[in-house]
Amino acid sequence: MPRITVSVDGVTYEEEVEPRLLLVHLLRDRLGKTGTPVGCDTGNCGACTVTLDGRSAKSCSVLAVQADGSEVVTVEGLARDGRWHPMQEAFHAEHALQCGYCTPGMIMAAIDLLRDDPDPSEEAVRRGLEGNLCRCTGYTNIVRAVRRAAAEMSRVPHERAPGAAEGREAAAS
Amino acid sequence: MTEQLDAGLVAGRIAESGQVSEPSAEREMGRARRRKEDARLVTGRTMWTDNIQLPGMLYVAFLRSPMAHARITGVDVSAARSLPGVVAAYSGRDLAEEQGSLPCAWPVTEDIVIPDHPPMAVDEVRYPGEAVACVVATDRYRAADALEAIAVDYEPLDPVLDMTEALAEGAPKVHEAGNRAFTWKFAGGDIDAAFRDAPVVIDRAYVQQRLIPTAMEPRAVVATTDGDGFTLYSATQIPHVLRVMLAMTTGIPEHKLRVVAPDVGGGFGSKLQVTAEEVLALLLARRLGRPVKWTESRSEGNLTVHHGRDQLQRIAVAADRDGRIRGVRVELLADMGAYLMLVTPGVPLLGAFMYNGIYKMDAYDFTCTGVFTTKMPTDAYRGAGRPEATFAIERAVDELAHELGMDPVEVRRRNWITREEFPYTTIAGLTYDSGDYEAATEKALAMFGYDGLRAEQADRRERHDPVQLGIGVSTYTEMCGLAPSRVLGSLSYGAGGWEHAAVRLLPTGKVEVVTGTSPHGQGHETAWSQIAADALGVPFEDVSVLHGDTSVAHRGMDTYGSRSLVVGGVAVLAACEKVKERARELAAHLMEASADDVEFDGGRFRVRGTDEGRTIQELALAAFAAHDLPGGFEPRLDAEATFDPDNFSFPHGTHLCAVEVDTETGRCAIRSYVAVDDVGSVVNPLIVEGQVHGGIAQGVGQALFEEAVHDADGNLVTTTMADYLIPSAADLPEFTTDRTETPATSNPLGVKGVGEAGTIASTPAVVNAIADALRPYGVRDVRMPCTPERIWRALAEAEVTVPAQSRAAVPSTSEIAPEGGAR
Repeated sequence: MPRITVSVDGVTYEEEVEPRLLLVHLLRDRLGKTGTPVGCDTGNCGACTVTLDGRSAKSCSVLAVQADGSEVVTVEGLARDGRWHPMQEAFHAEHALQCGYCTPGMIMAAIDLLRDDPDPSEEAVRRGLEGNLCRCTGYTNIVRAVRRAAAEMSRVPHERAPGAAEGREAAAS
Repeated sequence: MTEQLDAGLVAGRIAESGQVSEPSAEREMGRARRRKEDARLVTGRTMWTDNIQLPGMLYVAFLRSPMAHARITGVDVSAARSLPGVVAAYSGRDLAEEQGSLPCAWPVTEDIVIPDHPPMAVDEVRYPGEAVACVVATDRYRAADALEAIAVDYEPLDPVLDMTEALAEGAPKVHEAGNRAFTWKFAGGDIDAAFRDAPVVIDRAYVQQRLIPTAMEPRAVVATTDGDGFTLYSATQIPHVLRVMLAMTTGIPEHKLRVVAPDVGGGFGSKLQVTAEEVLALLLARRLGRPVKWTESRSEGNLTVHHGRDQLQRIAVAADRDGRIRGVRVELLADMGAYLMLVTPGVPLLGAFMYNGIYKMDAYDFTCTGVFTTKMPTDAYRGAGRPEATFAIERAVDELAHELGMDPVEVRRRNWITREEFPYTTIAGLTYDSGDYEAATEKALAMFGYDGLRAEQADRRERHDPVQLGIGVSTYTEMCGLAPSRVLGSLSYGAGGWEHAAVRLLPTGKVEVVTGTSPHGQGHETAWSQIAADALGVPFEDVSVLHGDTSVAHRGMDTYGSRSLVVGGVAVLAACEKVKERARELAAHLMEASADDVEFDGGRFRVRGTDEGRTIQELALAAFAAHDLPGGFEPRLDAEATFDPDNFSFPHGTHLCAVEVDTETGRCAIRSYVAVDDVGSVVNPLIVEGQVHGGIAQGVGQALFEEAVHDADGNLVTTTMADYLIPSAADLPEFTTDRTETPATSNPLGVKGVGEAGTIASTPAVVNAIADALRPYGVRDVRMPCTPERIWRALAEAEVTVPAQSRAAVPSTSEIAPEGGAR
């Protein structure tokens, strides 16, 4: 069985895995990182989104062996010194979640979105999050939250945004 | 301690305390508190059922029927059993003796046909995806692998897919007893008189397509036993109902069964069910003596989570030339699917009292026939019966307006119950306690810029703009807050509709609220904390809300039907009031005063006219210490209460939708959406707004995107999220929402349900807008979901071809809609 080395939320793991094991199952079933849920198995809903070497990836559509040598950040690894990432704060402040099942993936995708477009329009947020589905909120508050976080992160650049512009460094720290 | 509290009694106590009836700056009621639930959800410290890992836990996988209808002539699991990691494999036959039948709790008529519903098929499969065998293995991959080693022999039978054909003579049968499950009728007033010589009759047929609820969290179950008792963790909305029903169906005694709903990722009715997988997980845990877990894939879920809607509607509205509605006649065929599940037959009946909408009329007649087909059973999906009813009446009223050449808002105004007329008993026999349709509509029209949009619409028609503007109106009400037990009983529902709460003041002055509701995204931990904080005068942060575990919250009726606040939240208030009365007695004793002279304000009991007082926290400690208590006073400040309102809750509102329809491509985009809802008094406006947003999105999903599609053989083809489209952020506009507040009179908080309102209102608003855009082209209706292809085809097949040069000339009603015209 292949042996892989992968860093998840700053902790390095060496694991023997079946080649077919999905990254999300490595995270959830082997490493106990259950903060990242599975919503659809087909890469449509985005609930399982993590960052892989700083870029968002749907972990149900990545094999664990493909993550060999990579840095993975999940929603569990965003807080710094007990303080939430601005995106987490913004989702809370704008009531951008209800059941919360899509939230980990939505937050990770939104952080990646701001990396490409630090000040997105409403339209850009909607297009940028097209691959992350939410059944509860109707998205109005999610859009507000992402724009709120963008404003906050531009005010305090990078201070608390490990998953965004400095994904690798933060994950390795 | 439990007693039934009626609303009047609670209201009296509140009025006396002055806590709820007199707003103050510090009140929690009406405050946009950020949710307590969020902390664990935004950080990933959740406990979804699939997160649970128990020592020695095994994984279950189900082999599912690839056919809609077939006789099972053989199942061989022996090869699967011998594979590495496989602990057990069973066919339906192997489990037949102990698996029992899944329950239906709503036998709507005396002669209803309720077929046996084995959790795992034994002799015959009747819908695609029905479980025929299972594997239990040491991990989920091995379990899935082993399914491929199971051999099943099927003898195909004719699928039954079309309800009308299913009822025809000689149709293939889903069950021996035939394809008609029941016929249920309701009549109010003289319907023949209403239609006789009616100057205008609008007679329409609408298709409520089959929907897949699609909660983001797939279902999951963990069952475990210590050899005596059982614990079932399930992604369910109904841990309490589930426990009772499982005790009745599995033979596990109720007191030996604990049901836990951990964090649950949405439900929308789909987790209001006693599922085959829950029953089978318990049986497997019992057989194997080890914990078992099953988590569905999305494809399994699309196949076998109960579906929603699926009705054929015929609605006729008789009216006078001035727009006054004389009567409404409704004939429904409701697709039950292959079996009657927990409340399958009751769903269309929840709409039966709603086809009259917010309108006054002389007569109403309703007939519903439940039909068996070889499809997944239908059951509750957000709104359950009421979205269907609201769609039909709101579509028909728009058609009436068009027929009469009247503005659709004006026709509604001429028929709706006016604010002075409440409480109003409708032709369907319900008493709407309060409402102000005028206020909500005026506000919505102003926010929407109705007149300006109508002017733009006229201009675009004039200019032959290929992108036409359509405006849709939906003025809805709904019956929710399921309760009252007496009424549910009269409708043959198997249980009541009360809700229970317990409130405990802990020695340090902190508060535990135990609720029988079972939130899965609704924010009860926050809202119930607000209610308790106001009632007890304690800080919001000092309240914890416990729920979702039958060993913690002993009594409950759970969460569905927009009932949690109007029944469960009021029960929390009632329990707090009882605690406060005990605290008052203790305070009076300690201060050597008469209880009548002890006032309560801001968490402090004070002897009237003096400065002497005790905080509720001091009293909690004094009760705990028990050094100096009144005679017979038990050393605790706890209470329980059960609330069973005497009426439903009737939220209402006006939703307005503007769509732009490209008449060349069929593309439809929502340009603006305004909703003004009246959900009575509001505990937390943030949560209310969120519920409305999400509700609208789901109703828009039905209007534009969603449909469970079967092929000619009865196979479901929309088994993934790539095929069954729920709206993404890019598909929806920003919703503009506001409220009017007309307090309910049926509960002391004045609150109404909000969970389903948006979904009920929005579907007809969107489709009315599309119809409005396309009327000049001779298009009468577009079947849902109104995809670009359907819109394009409707335009292509329209009765009137409008050449580009003459598009400005809007054809008259009689030209474009002969069968809907005057009779």
